[in-house]
Amino acid sequence: MNCNDVSKGLIAYLDRRANSAERQEIEQHLVACVDCRRRAEEFRALWSVMEEMPAIEPSFAFDARVRQRVAAEPARKWFEWMIPQPRLALSAALLAVLAVWMVKTSPVNQRVAPTTASIQQEDFNAIKNLDVLENYDVVTSMDALSELAPANPADNGPQNQNETVPATE
Amino acid sequence: MQLSGITGVRYTVEAMTRTDVQLMLDVKAGDDSSFDFLLQKYRSPLVNFLYRMVRDTATAEDLAQEVFLRVYRARKQYTPSAKFTTWLFRIATNLALNSVRDTRYQKMSVSLDAPADGEDSAPLELPAREKRIDQKMIERDRMEMIRRAVWGLPEKQRAAVLLHKYEEMDYAEIAKILECSESALKSLLFRAYETLRVQLAPLVVQPSTAGRRLAGSVQEGRSL
Repeated sequence: MNCNDVSKGLIAYLDRRANSAERQEIEQHLVACVDCRRRAEEFRALWSVMEEMPAIEPSFAFDARVRQRVAAEPARKWFEWMIPQPRLALSAALLAVLAVWMVKTSPVNQRVAPTTASIQQEDFNAIKNLDVLENYDVVTSMDALSELAPANPADNGPQNQNETVPATE
Repeated sequence: MQLSGITGVRYTVEAMTRTDVQLMLDVKAGDDSSFDFLLQKYRSPLVNFLYRMVRDTATAEDLAQEVFLRVYRARKQYTPSAKFTTWLFRIATNLALNSVRDTRYQKMSVSLDAPADGEDSAPLELPAREKRIDQKMIERDRMEMIRRAVWGLPEKQRAAVLLHKYEEMDYAEIAKILECSESALKSLLFRAYETLRVQLAPLVVQPSTAGRRLAGSVQEGRSL
């Protein structure tokens, strides 16, 4: 333990609040170090001198003035418990702002639902006539096809539509 | 709230057996006589602490009254989470620090740089022709020198010294009052006492004699 370390624990040592390990270390240092020993003794003397600092007595009117001020305090209203404390009010306000912010910035509320719905609608539109398109009877009975040469009944299928055109040529 | 006669004595004895926290809980429950007991118990320590902080008797009394008023106002919200004195002196310390800063009491501080530097400039060094001066005057001068040295400390150091030296509080309680760590408090106290040691050097015992005495006590295995 060096002089700097001793200075940190010297006050606690002098007023007997240091633990036994600290006390032992400081005592060992004080035996060897003249400067720290002198400082320790001067601290001790200082505390003795400081006892001379006079104390004052409160004036005779002190108690009466306190009682007067206490008596002048307004009585507590029955609804006072409902008035929020400043800290409580601030906390509640911050909580409310935080809740609103979280709701607004939540991904659930970022118009995902309408977007999903529109996508589903588009998909639905795309596939809702799929059965018609895939219905060969409907396709073959179209008016446009009636102008074409009769198709070979043996050839029946989507691929024959392409094959019928060259057949007319 | 007035105490009188046998009833008052019985009341005082009963009140003394209760802790400060119990008394304060009684105040919370509406017992104003417990508040009166706390007032009588702590008015003097509070006024003295505040006087040593703000250096003015009237201001110290006003602030002490304000402390008790705040305690009374806060009675319904009181919860015994800490020692009563910690709470009481924390209010007092905050009020004192605000008062010192607001009213700029530091302007009134007297420079104490000179006395520690040498015998020639020490205010208590009496000329030979005044050796017959009355002992009371010497004591008065010593007290004044001590008071000025304490008043010359920075506010927080002063509060720490007053709570440590005069209120004899432990480090944990002072640290709570001053809102700092115990380690920081020990540094604060060391700096403050080091300043006072230098400022009041003419009043402390002769180092050579003291050093020998301390060495003897340490070697004998006795703590200070």
